[in-house]
Amino acid sequence: MSRRILGPFNRVEGDLNITLDFADGKVSAARVTAPLFRGFERILLGREPLDALAIVPRICGICSVSQSVAAAHALSQLYGITPPANGQRVLNLIHAVENIADHLSHFYLFFMPDFARADYQQHGWHGETLARFKAQSGSAVAPMLEARAILMRFMGSLAGHWPHTLCLQPGGVTKVVSAAERVRLQQWLRSFRRFLEQRTFGQPLEAIAALDGQAALEHYRAQTPAADFAHFLHIADSLQLQQLGRSYDHFIAAAAYAGPDGPWSPAGLWQQGLSQPLPQEQISEDNHSSWLAGDGPSAPLHTDTVPLPDKAEGYSWSKAPRVAGLAAETGALARGLLRGEPLLNEMVASAGGNVLSRVVARLTEVARIVPLMEHWLAALELEQPFQQPCPASAVHNSAVGLTEAARGMLGHWVTLDAGRISRYQIIAPTTWNFSPRDSKELPGPLEKALEGVDASDPQALQVQHIVRSFDPCQVCTTH
Amino acid sequence: MASKNKRLLWLQSGGCGGCTLSLLNTEAPSLFTALADIGIELIWHPSFAEQSLDEAMHLLQRLADGSEPLDMLCLEGSVMTGAAGRFHLLPDGQSMSTLIEQLARRASQVIAVGTCAAYGGISAAGDNLTGAVGLDYAGNHPGGLLGGHFHTASGLPVVNISGCPTHPGWVLETLALLASDSLSAADLDPLGRPRFYADKLVHHGCDKNEFYEFKASATAPGQMGCLMEHVGCKGTQAHADCNSRSWNGEGSCLTGGYPCINCTAPDFADPGHGFFSTPQVAGFPVGLPTDMPKAWFVALSTLSKSATPTRVRQNAVLDRLTVPPSLPKKGKA
Repeated sequence: MSRRILGPFNRVEGDLNITLDFADGKVSAARVTAPLFRGFERILLGREPLDALAIVPRICGICSVSQSVAAAHALSQLYGITPPANGQRVLNLIHAVENIADHLSHFYLFFMPDFARADYQQHGWHGETLARFKAQSGSAVAPMLEARAILMRFMGSLAGHWPHTLCLQPGGVTKVVSAAERVRLQQWLRSFRRFLEQRTFGQPLEAIAALDGQAALEHYRAQTPAADFAHFLHIADSLQLQQLGRSYDHFIAAAAYAGPDGPWSPAGLWQQGLSQPLPQEQISEDNHSSWLAGDGPSAPLHTDTVPLPDKAEGYSWSKAPRVAGLAAETGALARGLLRGEPLLNEMVASAGGNVLSRVVARLTEVARIVPLMEHWLAALELEQPFQQPCPASAVHNSAVGLTEAARGMLGHWVTLDAGRISRYQIIAPTTWNFSPRDSKELPGPLEKALEGVDASDPQALQVQHIVRSFDPCQVCTTH
Repeated sequence: MASKNKRLLWLQSGGCGGCTLSLLNTEAPSLFTALADIGIELIWHPSFAEQSLDEAMHLLQRLADGSEPLDMLCLEGSVMTGAAGRFHLLPDGQSMSTLIEQLARRASQVIAVGTCAAYGGISAAGDNLTGAVGLDYAGNHPGGLLGGHFHTASGLPVVNISGCPTHPGWVLETLALLASDSLSAADLDPLGRPRFYADKLVHHGCDKNEFYEFKASATAPGQMGCLMEHVGCKGTQAHADCNSRSWNGEGSCLTGGYPCINCTAPDFADPGHGFFSTPQVAGFPVGLPTDMPKAWFVALSTLSKSATPTRVRQNAVLDRLTVPPSLPKKGKA
């Protein structure tokens, strides 16, 4: 057996190292290390509950709004208030902007540049990939950044700025929208839609959302070869990316984008083609392999965060979250499966969660969310309130705020004592996906996905594709 | 213009990556075009560089040992000095703080991007058991990783582009000035911040100025009135030009309806009171506008409150402008 330590991984958010053990030229075991710890769960202690709104967005510069949404959900419960419909719509809009901007940044800036590397120059598609997706200078990068910046004007208008807004409150949002502002927002969204339809997809968003199986996806690729998404599908076919990065095929998601008829994307646990309600009470954190006090599974509402940098069994600052004892994968693919989308269900039925299906889930979600945003904007009742007043003190002492960041399920477990935060536990999407082994030595989802992979080339490119297919956010992971 | 491109290395440590993501909001031209235009070659950035794993590590080592030249070093995030550097380790087991220090002593210009890298920021808040510090400051005091009063070989101190997050314009304009050797120590304020944005106050250009003038105050975030008296706003003390240059096209904390929390200040994350409340003594806010004698503030605010127009008083506690200004009376226009 031999061992190789890979790192630092870049084009992921935050810091990541991976230790690989090899047998017969293939990875026999992977250990994923989150090497940076800041301690937000401790920074929050002793503060007034509403102060969480100023602290938690700063956990992460890329999932900042998602952190605010999770905190605002928990605070709504603590204060016993519900945002009015307009507040929920604006929250959805702000959250959607962050999530789809993250999907695009992931695709264009973090994931695709690996295929432009000289290692792939023997492939017929390499010249075009190099021209379009080379890190920083590819021809697709500047147009994407310009379109992204226009979309981000939603944040200036509705949230003051991004990242790190304080506009999301337990009772709704601090900014009302006027008729003139709505016109501006609609113009920006149309401009962003044009970019997607011309560059990313080459077809109307509705046509992408209507792709109902692998045959339809194949037909789309053949029909629209110049589109960025189709170009990726071509590479994926050439490199057989559907055979890369399969994990346990246990998928979890929280509810996302609330509406009067329930959330657009439902919460749940997906296994072997079957969805069940999310067993929230069976979510635990296991610190066995973490440089943190504690060992076996512990309920987040009852866990404290005590760093032990010298802990012998530790190899990561990340905890190992489990649901009903399972290591579960979270992200756009989990959400799409739980929404019952035929394309993603067919892809997972044939080859599981893998590099291809994760990326397809992310991009098709972008195509679905932009029309939803158009709907939320149109549905704003401009004369109605956007926020409910927040009472002077909390009426409950513990709450759980769950939501979906771009990269998956995010939860905040909050406990108050004498009106102050006495415990604040966070489980972020990449804490699920990139967790270390638990006290039963069960590997985390990425650790599982790397087993059996060929990592003999100097750059371990297959490992890099698999790692980035999860769209990791390591600053959230350890917080 | 610089005759030759400046080679810039960007590193991240104890932070959230938000200053990079904010920089990516740069409009017209977008980020990489803008950097090229101002004569900067981004030799490595954790979010954008092609090189990963060993090739990245080897590059960092060549820069650290001086075998490759380094013009500019940007650090984003605090330096984690606790537990002998164990709160941020590189793959080879070396602490990140050691690498940062080696690189800072090689670079001709050292730039702390964001309040974390400048002073420790939010990562140093609370009990700070990770020992998070800034490059050349620990909180308000010189110190930090480089010991305080650090100067590069070119004679410049660490340039502290504080802010949580930083505005993309603050970063790009600082880099452009540095790239053309047009930023000197005299262009920095006593906390090392570029004066072009830190000599302004968030209060300048604030949408809510009329409410401030008449002390017509909001009682909760989201109301139109001034947020200073009751809702924790520190815009009159906060050094930044947030309301005279907009964020994401047209925003600022105040136009978003919530208070300025003075995120360019070293100790903003531990204000000693709730972020959404204003501590008061005898009915007056404890934190007064910069440079204003307290007696004058009390006298003026008492006077202005008595002169508040009904329109301003009513709008102050509503979530949108409801009572419009009256038109000039006929014959007096």
